[in-house]
Amino acid sequence: MVSVIANNLTKQYGKKKDIVYALKGVSFEVEKGELFGIIGPDGAGKTSLFRILTTLLLPDGGTASVDGLDVVKDFKAIRQRVGYMPGRFSLYQDLTIEENLEFFATIFNTTIQENYDLIKDIYSQIEPFKDRRAGKLSGGMKQKLALSCALIHKPSVLFLDEPTTGVDAVSRKEFWEMLRSLKKQGITILVSTPYMDEASLCDRVALIQNGGILSVDTPEGVISSYKHPLLAVNDGNMLQLLNLLQQYEGVLDAYPFGEYHHVVVKEGYSESSITAYLQQQQLGQVEVHAIRADIEDCFIALMKGEGRS
Amino acid sequence: MKQFTSFVRKEFHHILRDKRTLFILLGMPIMQILIFGFALTNEVKNSQIAIFDQSNDLSTQALSSELDASRYFDIVQYIHSYNEIEAAFKKGDIKMAVVFPANFANDLDHFNTAQVQLIADASDPNVANTLTNYATAIILDYQDRITNNRRLPYTINTEMRMLYNPQLKGAYSFVPGVMAMVLMLVCTLMTAITIVREKELGTMEIMLVSPMQPFKIVAAKAVPYLLLSIVNITSILLLSVFVLDVPINGSLLLLIFESILFTLTCLAFGLLISTRTDSQQTAMFIALTGMFLPTIMLSGFMFPIENMPLPLRIISNVVPAKWFYYIVKEVMIKGLGITSVWKETLILFGMLLLLLGLSIRNFKIRLA
Repeated sequence: MVSVIANNLTKQYGKKKDIVYALKGVSFEVEKGELFGIIGPDGAGKTSLFRILTTLLLPDGGTASVDGLDVVKDFKAIRQRVGYMPGRFSLYQDLTIEENLEFFATIFNTTIQENYDLIKDIYSQIEPFKDRRAGKLSGGMKQKLALSCALIHKPSVLFLDEPTTGVDAVSRKEFWEMLRSLKKQGITILVSTPYMDEASLCDRVALIQNGGILSVDTPEGVISSYKHPLLAVNDGNMLQLLNLLQQYEGVLDAYPFGEYHHVVVKEGYSESSITAYLQQQQLGQVEVHAIRADIEDCFIALMKGEGRS
Repeated sequence: MKQFTSFVRKEFHHILRDKRTLFILLGMPIMQILIFGFALTNEVKNSQIAIFDQSNDLSTQALSSELDASRYFDIVQYIHSYNEIEAAFKKGDIKMAVVFPANFANDLDHFNTAQVQLIADASDPNVANTLTNYATAIILDYQDRITNNRRLPYTINTEMRMLYNPQLKGAYSFVPGVMAMVLMLVCTLMTAITIVREKELGTMEIMLVSPMQPFKIVAAKAVPYLLLSIVNITSILLLSVFVLDVPINGSLLLLIFESILFTLTCLAFGLLISTRTDSQQTAMFIALTGMFLPTIMLSGFMFPIENMPLPLRIISNVVPAKWFYYIVKEVMIKGLGITSVWKETLILFGMLLLLLGLSIRNFKIRLA
């Protein structure tokens, strides 16, 4: 069963001369119970897309539906059943954890007790501090509270706009574990993030850039669609090495990646030809080895491909 | 309904936890009433004057002591030459000098006419005017008494009665003014800010993606401020009756009803501002210039509307505070009933409906 459908959505801001296109014909479908990631850099159109799907913005073109309900016509019905967590921490800073949760529960015509099982795993972590004001919480705790508030009415679809931005690595990991356990409860989750490494945690991901979707696939599918051989290269002087690699005719692309440079090799060239080229340049100890592309390499390739066209 | 009460409770949390704002909201009316009541007053009391008495006879002494005895004047200096008068004014010691020529009593007795000179510091023209008027009145009063036994050929006596405010107290006009000002400030400014704050914080975004109807959000925001205003109305009325001795001559119920009507109008205006603005700063700026200034300038509270040029007089009609100020004066000071203020009440009611309609029409159920 399909839970969310976006069909050729467009959205533009500004008037006449300086129109900015936030979305240029975005289409995808999300299955019920799926954990669907929307990955893209800042300004790619993620927030606009989420706002259209949560009925907060009207699309300029195209259609979209959530649980079979049209986002323009049936906005009232959609607002009854979705959960939404905006990118910014948007709870009442001067209310305590418990007051915030209680407030959102009553707004959605429910009580904390009624859906406590759903939020138990998350809420129990912050419950010891329930009398603390939301404004005084750490980033990770705020995130947990916001998620609890978005979940308290047992939404059928949960929209999380950049939930892990500005959260430390440990909290990020915890957050994704929470999402996986929520998925088991049958809730459809749409999550946007600028972090490409989070893509592999989703069931399927859509890569979005400049208001257009580059690919929609499972993380494995994205990786297996990567065609070029890939090398990891390392030596003492990384900056000089990068320049040399980018100048070489056999290199399609080279970019820093952790402590290595990843090098995409052109057809007709190989690991040995690159090694030979680098040795000619009289560098010291150069380490070159073939690697399997991971999802970030795939996205970088896709995004650069988009840039060239 | 549970949604609604929960929302109202949340609003109260916001207000009660922001102690400083709460203190200002509740303390401001009290401060304003006290400041207007005791510090800022256009009544002239105990002005310091000097006497230059060249005659020094029974009549001049009697007149001097009458001036001194009145609550308007205090004689602080007796002067002996014209030069000293100028010097005293320049030093800023005195506001007025009274000069009796030589042979004052003699002239009065034998020629039936005598002269007295009043020299006032007109750097503040209103005060100078008031002082010379008071002094003239006291001197005429004295003249009346000494001519009492004789019959003058022609005399016209003016007899004045100051209705509704026999003692010409300033409080009678500023209490209604302060009420209008405070309600305007609390209601318009605070509602506008509190709704826009939710937009700024992003909580409005979540509110919109919830089953709560926008109308309920707005109504729930207004309730605490309505209650707060009722507290303010009560404290202003209590202070004016018990501290400033301004009586409530008309029906208290009617006065409270009119105040609530005005409060609702202000709330609706604040609402309208909040639907059109996205930042607390803009909202505050619009509320202050759009409502607070006109309330002070064009309600008739500070400056009489009758004296304004025609365009301003026309503009003043759209200022709700003008009508409220008028109603409060009629009901509270003159003690009139609804029959004499129904027209103004209807105008306020119309404004309320218009503002409410506009803000509901403008309320955005989406972000853009």
